[in-house]
Amino acid sequence: MMSKLELKEDKMLEVQFVGDDDVLNHILDREGGAKLKKERAQLLVNTKKIIKKPEYDLEEDDQEVLKDQNYVEVLGQDIQESLKNGSAADGGNKVYSFQNRKHSEKMAKLASELAKTPRKNVSVNLKNDPEIMINIPQCSKGHSASDKVQVKNNDKSEFLSTAPSGIRKRLIVPRSHSDSESEYSASNSEDDEGVAQEYEEDTNEVILSQKIPSQNRVVSAPVCKGTPSKKMKRDKTSDLVEEYFEAHSSSKVLTSDRTLQKLKRAKLDQQTLRNLLSKVSPSFSAELKQLNQQYEQLFHKWMLQLRLGFNIVLFGLGSKRDLLERFRTTVLQDSIHVVINGFFPGISVKSILNSITEEVLDHMGTFRSVLDQLDWIVNKFKEDSSLELFLLIHNLDSQMLRGDKSQQIIGQLASLRNIYLIASIDHLNAPLMWDHAKQSLYNWLWYETTTYSPYTEETSYENSLLVKQSGSLPLSSLTHVLRSLTPNARGIFRLLIKYQLDNQDNPSYIGLSFQDFYQQCREAFLVNSDLTLRAQLTEFRDHKLIRTKKGTDGVEYLLIPVDNGTLTDFLEKEEEES
Amino acid sequence: MATSSVSKGCFVFKPNFKKRKISVPVEDYFNKGKNESEDSKLRFETYQLIWQQMKSETEQLQEELNKNLFNSLIEFLQQSYSGFHKNSRDWGCQIKLREIPTAALILGVNVTDHDLTFRSLTEALQNNVTPYVVSLQAKDCPDMKHFLQKLVSKLMNCCVDEESKEESIQVTQKKTFCSMDSLSSWYMSVTQKTDPKLPRKKRTSSSQWQSPPVVLILKDLESFTTKVLQDFIIISSQHLHEFPLILIFGIATSPIIIHRLLPHAVSSLLCIELFQSLSCKEHLTTVLDKLLLTTQFPFKLSEKVLQILTNIFLYHDFSIQNFIKGLQLSLLEHFYSQPLSVLCCNLSEAKRRINFLSENQCENIRRLPSFRRHVEKQASEKQVALLTNERFLKEEIQSLLENLHVYHTNYFLVLRCLHQFTSSLPKYPLGRQIRELYCTCLEKNIWDSEEYASALQLLRMLAKDELMTILQKCFKVFKSSSEKQLGSTAKRIEEFLAQFQSLDEAKEEEDTSGLQSKGLQKTDLYHLQKSLLEMKELRRTSKKQTRFEALREKVVNFIDSLVREYLLPPETQPLHEVMYFSAAHTLRAHLNAAPRIALHTALNNPYYYLKNEALKSEEGCIPNVAPDICIAYKLHLECSRLINLVDWSEAFATVVTAAEKMDANSITSEERNEIIQYPFLKNQFYNVQVYMAYKPIVSPDLF
Repeated sequence: MMSKLELKEDKMLEVQFVGDDDVLNHILDREGGAKLKKERAQLLVNTKKIIKKPEYDLEEDDQEVLKDQNYVEVLGQDIQESLKNGSAADGGNKVYSFQNRKHSEKMAKLASELAKTPRKNVSVNLKNDPEIMINIPQCSKGHSASDKVQVKNNDKSEFLSTAPSGIRKRLIVPRSHSDSESEYSASNSEDDEGVAQEYEEDTNEVILSQKIPSQNRVVSAPVCKGTPSKKMKRDKTSDLVEEYFEAHSSSKVLTSDRTLQKLKRAKLDQQTLRNLLSKVSPSFSAELKQLNQQYEQLFHKWMLQLRLGFNIVLFGLGSKRDLLERFRTTVLQDSIHVVINGFFPGISVKSILNSITEEVLDHMGTFRSVLDQLDWIVNKFKEDSSLELFLLIHNLDSQMLRGDKSQQIIGQLASLRNIYLIASIDHLNAPLMWDHAKQSLYNWLWYETTTYSPYTEETSYENSLLVKQSGSLPLSSLTHVLRSLTPNARGIFRLLIKYQLDNQDNPSYIGLSFQDFYQQCREAFLVNSDLTLRAQLTEFRDHKLIRTKKGTDGVEYLLIPVDNGTLTDFLEKEEEES
Repeated sequence: MATSSVSKGCFVFKPNFKKRKISVPVEDYFNKGKNESEDSKLRFETYQLIWQQMKSETEQLQEELNKNLFNSLIEFLQQSYSGFHKNSRDWGCQIKLREIPTAALILGVNVTDHDLTFRSLTEALQNNVTPYVVSLQAKDCPDMKHFLQKLVSKLMNCCVDEESKEESIQVTQKKTFCSMDSLSSWYMSVTQKTDPKLPRKKRTSSSQWQSPPVVLILKDLESFTTKVLQDFIIISSQHLHEFPLILIFGIATSPIIIHRLLPHAVSSLLCIELFQSLSCKEHLTTVLDKLLLTTQFPFKLSEKVLQILTNIFLYHDFSIQNFIKGLQLSLLEHFYSQPLSVLCCNLSEAKRRINFLSENQCENIRRLPSFRRHVEKQASEKQVALLTNERFLKEEIQSLLENLHVYHTNYFLVLRCLHQFTSSLPKYPLGRQIRELYCTCLEKNIWDSEEYASALQLLRMLAKDELMTILQKCFKVFKSSSEKQLGSTAKRIEEFLAQFQSLDEAKEEEDTSGLQSKGLQKTDLYHLQKSLLEMKELRRTSKKQTRFEALREKVVNFIDSLVREYLLPPETQPLHEVMYFSAAHTLRAHLNAAPRIALHTALNNPYYYLKNEALKSEEGCIPNVAPDICIAYKLHLECSRLINLVDWSEAFATVVTAAEKMDANSITSEERNEIIQYPFLKNQFYNVQVYMAYKPIVSPDLF
């Protein structure tokens, strides 16, 4: 590890002009994938050099020589350090990787690998993971939990026969490659190839593919490795291009076809979810607390720097809301301050300015435009230097505030001497919001506050797919409503459900026309006149169980606005009961 | 009061009325929240003092540097303006009357500094040319209507301060309808109205203009829409005879942009003159010169810090303002974090402060590495005295500070002198700018470096006149300083110069005598050849040196000795910690942060933040006990653009159950039964879901 790092650093320092061909070769060599960008670091420096080159030629005389490695040495050092400490990364450019095409199966594979990564000298390497990976989907399809445990026990007995593939791989690879770099690219490509082969075999039957025994994979890998590497490189050229377009095309991306409905789990509603979450204590709470304490010690420094004309922006993984709240309650109690939830979906610059003019400055007038309002505020603050205002913005980079105009206005506020801004950002590319002009308005000081705390409050306005939505009509309310109806009405509704389910594969299905429906109902002896049917339908409509739509031919079509999964569940339940 | 609600996003907190008026003085924050609060009040005051001095110094500098530019601009304006008034009937003038005088101001890419330039420009113009100066930015004028509105309102505001307040009310009412016609009629009325007032107000500067011109500054020409610009120019050229307009374009890129924005038909309506502002790099050099390479300010930057600041400047923005911001931050950090920075003030004040040093502070001094090194060099009795006797220590500190001061004076003189020598060498082995030389000198013993050796070698090849001009410059450098220490050096240089002069004469004589002795003899071809060979031989053996070469050697050696004596890196000086700010990493973290890296590290290597042994892992993989989000992130990396949530959750569950299993040893079995696997998994995964719903944080797909 250490020697590798040194190697890398040496390379980083050696900056030289590199032709396009070399660069291309370079990329091809490393094409191994996202996992290995070790060499990209050097590449980065090189390209920079290339860009700079003309400048030398043009202005050699009055332009001092900008030493690129100088830049890397000084400004890039931090990156290197943190990455060195963060041993997880191979090089700075892992951070700036492209996404490349991967197979969904790899996730499961990785999961199993991760699952068995031994904790500190744990010799009890528990189970044969590839098996588990296969088993879990199965049991999600209706097997009970006890079943699963049983299967696991089986795995344990099989354990001896198959060693964990991850470890095996690690053993195999160094044997054939002495050079550390090539070792990595080789092992990588070998993986890709192996998977790719499988991929072609069964693109359409993803579920099936999971049943392919892991041995298969382990075997296929050495085969690939056996192919001459040169030939592989050739192939890679076209492969690279293809992969690029694959990644950037709008073509269908294949994922497995398993859906949430098939999980057969009752969806939780928000409340139960919150309760459940509150019971879980985060792991490493001691360390997290320590982290937070570290940040809290900075509060006074922040105040000092705010007062001296800087503004503060917090970044890093994890919600910074609690931290800012603590900051607010500890040091801002005696001063006027405005808390702005950027993550609030209805937030706008207008509302921020309004709350400043109306509530802070007690102004009861209206403004012609936002810019007028801004001018008014700016003048007010310039006139009265004793006026002080702290702005706390959670998520300055939120969807609603990230626009150019909003940022400009907030920046202009922040540039005032007696308005102090402390904000947090979360988006990966949030700094791109600010050009130089805005940056100078903001006059940021950056503080890294990685908290690992969940974004509970921030995401409370978002809808999760796995949480029951109150807006839609879920299963329980469906049964509830139908219970209160007459058996005839239920029959009518069931007819409609069945018809809709029969047509679920028809993309142009717009609903069942009233006449057809009436015919069917008559045949089933559910109604005797179309008036009674209409009366029933009105009742359904009142409960929002059906929707009617006029087709192009003027005929009325009936549709149940509930997704098919719920409907199937409902039918099954009905059948069970009867 | 809670700060979360489903109905609003802004929460205003106003403390009680009584409390509100008491605002905590800034210096209170300076000493709160840390252990070392020695002399914090004094330190803060010193910080403010130095910062104010630095700030005013830079402002003054900026003003001086802009003076030339502004003067020529003003001259241009006055000239072109006088054209409006000649009122002559000759054809050329009338043609010219149709052209709007325009100054294209090329300001360079450091957009952030432009504001300051424009502000002082406006001021200068208002004082010297006309009260009607308006500056517009592209973002205010998306179309013609806004353009004119903005122009009118700003123009009218210009004179509001001179006229009565009631007028301003009218102005706001007028705002709704503006056209060039109304503008020019307004202009007529204003100029006529002010005319009778003039004698009373004694506006001598603008009284020479019966009707002062209107100067319109377009701050960022590049971002204006073509159509607005074209329309405005065409319209205003029609009104030029009644509305004397002068344009100033602020250009960040190159003057070609004018022609790219405006077709020939429009640009022919302009009478453009180019003005070039000072290059930002020169600006930086002067700022450095005045703020850092001087003994005026005791505060100094270490090599790393200086490198970071200049690199941010050179590679990121070319902005002097940002550079100064960095300087301010380092100043603040220095005084905030170094308790001994209380001595970082001018020498006499520092001497006074030494007497009031507390016991703790003395202890701090004894703990300084540079001071310890100094103590170790002393004799043993003195060592004991230094470590135990406070009074003795204070005396020692005084003398050390004095030494440091002297060191700095000499340092900068010699540095400048060396720069004179090296800045003209081919290929600039020690850099073109003095800041590069300074950085190298701060970093290490410069004479150990290869560059220095090669520079000396090149110096040994200098021609005489070059050498003499350099020496003269050096002489001036030394002369300019009032310090006595290096007075002898100045004298030495003077001597060298004199010797070179005398060399001139001596050499001429020598040359002529040599020619005379050899040239007169008549020889045949054979002898000539022989004698020439002899001469050649002679020259090779007696290559020894001419007098000039000897002298040159002497000069170079002299410089070398100066460098070795005075350009020691500051780390060698005891107590350098008092003056030098060296915490480069904090500066970098706050000014040049890398949020992307932080996220990456947090997700891929949680051990970096959470120092738990369980999280230690080899490269590329993550222990399964890592925080949920790390695991989920790792798994999601294995997918392409679309992720199947079910697969993802299953995979996640696999990992987490495995982790649970291993925990089994530590958690009692009852507890384990409590956590029924099924909801727990879901629960865990929801947690992740919540993270991921806030997806942009971790998804690299935006790139």
